[in-house]
Amino acid sequence: MSGYTSDPRIRWTEWLPWVAAIAFFFTMPEYLALGARILIYILFALSLDLILGYAGIITLGHSAFFGLGAYTAGILSAKYGFTDPFFQLGAAAAMAALLGLATGAVILRTKALTLLMLTLAITSILYEIANQASSLTGGNDGLSGVTVAPILGLFKFDLFGRTAFLYCLVALFVGWLVVRRMIYSPFGAMLTGLRENTARMHAIGAPVYWRLVLVYAISATMAGIAGALLTQVNQFVGLNVLGLEPSGDLLVMLILGGVGRLYGAFVGPIVYLIAQDYLAKQYPEYWYLGIGVLLIVVVLFARGGILGIVDKWLQALSRLTGSARASAR
Amino acid sequence: MTSSLVSVAFHGVAYGMILYVISVGLSVTMGLMGFINLAHGVFAMAGGYVFSTVMARFGVPFPLALLIAFAAVAIASIVLERLLYSRLYTAGELAQVLFTIGLIYASVAIARMVYGTLAVPIVLPDYLKGQVRFMDRDFPTYRVFLILFSALIIMSLWFGVERTRWGAMVRAAVDNRGMAQSVGINTRLLFMTTFALGSGLAGLGGALGADILPVDWAYPFEHLAYFLIVVAVGGLGSLRGPFIAALLIGVADTACKYWVPEFGAFLVYAATVVILLWRPMGLFGVRA
Repeated sequence: MSGYTSDPRIRWTEWLPWVAAIAFFFTMPEYLALGARILIYILFALSLDLILGYAGIITLGHSAFFGLGAYTAGILSAKYGFTDPFFQLGAAAAMAALLGLATGAVILRTKALTLLMLTLAITSILYEIANQASSLTGGNDGLSGVTVAPILGLFKFDLFGRTAFLYCLVALFVGWLVVRRMIYSPFGAMLTGLRENTARMHAIGAPVYWRLVLVYAISATMAGIAGALLTQVNQFVGLNVLGLEPSGDLLVMLILGGVGRLYGAFVGPIVYLIAQDYLAKQYPEYWYLGIGVLLIVVVLFARGGILGIVDKWLQALSRLTGSARASAR
Repeated sequence: MTSSLVSVAFHGVAYGMILYVISVGLSVTMGLMGFINLAHGVFAMAGGYVFSTVMARFGVPFPLALLIAFAAVAIASIVLERLLYSRLYTAGELAQVLFTIGLIYASVAIARMVYGTLAVPIVLPDYLKGQVRFMDRDFPTYRVFLILFSALIIMSLWFGVERTRWGAMVRAAVDNRGMAQSVGINTRLLFMTTFALGSGLAGLGGALGADILPVDWAYPFEHLAYFLIVVAVGGLGSLRGPFIAALLIGVADTACKYWVPEFGAFLVYAATVVILLWRPMGLFGVRA
């Protein structure tokens, strides 16, 4: 697990994903749309990891912020003619932050089933609103006619998704820097403390409740931005950004990659979305069966997700080479 | 106006009764084992499918089909409990939540492979079709039967928990598991039987209520929120709390659909949030 005690400098291996993303941009132009989607979901998963993996808040309603961000950007563009991408992002972030603060402030006093139920109820309420207020949101048909002006007046969103990909990549990079800085800071250490032993954090005088609200609002803001990015890239918003299902999918992605280890949020969406792109179209009924069984197996046997397994292998390997070296001596 | 009031109350109560029969097992198992089981709706769906299949395919009579739905789901749940659930009793909330979500995904996929995407038809026997005349008003016979039969189940359940030795052991284990264990109660066996009973009841509820909550592959997802609301609002480990909560939801939801359909389920969710903020442990909850 990465955290306060480890070396906060950015190691060379941590640059690899970004190099890979750039390489992907040049070598696989036909998959840029999928690539942009993956980048957006990585940002979304990163925001969930912050509250779930580090602060230990279990939520079924993280899609509330994602969906609010998506609809904010969509409505601003399609209904009110605000097409500047940064303005849309800013507005989505602000709305999600407000919702995160407001709901976090009231629901984070509760625990366990009650908290789970409240998060689920909040995203369900937003779903119902989006479904019913069809003059604003397009209801069941979704909101189309979203236009986004060129970024900084220079880079038009092109048909091939080149601009969209780079735009999402930059957004994710900034999000990654922020989250990384946060988890290697005393604030990050405090979050881990909250997850591991809340009573003890109370005992050493930490303002538990306010810190939870703060990290919840930060995470909500990031999720809102990810939602707005999805709207801008798709130029469409559908009801499927709200409710239980997107929250469940996101949880699956994060668990698959590995919870509370920063790069789990990178690995999970990549594996999940690529697999979905290949399998869900060809074998839709087996897709959910596979995901369900995989989730059960991961929970029972590989709690750390893919990165947890890799960690174990690396440890076993270093033990092996270590013992080999010792015997050679 | 009075006629619509009566009709909303009648259908709301029928709905609430079904919600309670399905969810009561969830309340007891969550209170007893502290296990967050999001996959409870799977048992209800399975009950509905078993019920429909044995009636339509094998021509089993209605009462026997109900019994089979109950027994099949109870037995299947024992297998699941022994094989999978029991490994996660001490594993923490996140693992339980994820595991049960996985169970929902897998069962939803299997249901879709076996039964397709349409809701399964339920053929009622002739004596439950038609209307019953009462106080100058017509009521659908099946709904009347639903209310009476559910009431019977609920009363025998309450009698079992309040008046029998098994019930006393369950209550003891809910209140203080460690103490119950140390006075010699086999809590493992108690968990297993309670879990099987709760799941069986969910299966029975799913079968009985197929007329109100159509049994299709998305069932465990679609109704998950309502089952959880019943338990969370009613209070964990309580029998009476979820009953009141289920009736409230049944009537409120029916009333909303009747008078303000444009709000959908919005009001039920909003009320849930308000109630849970007012009383985080639920209306009758004793502890977290």
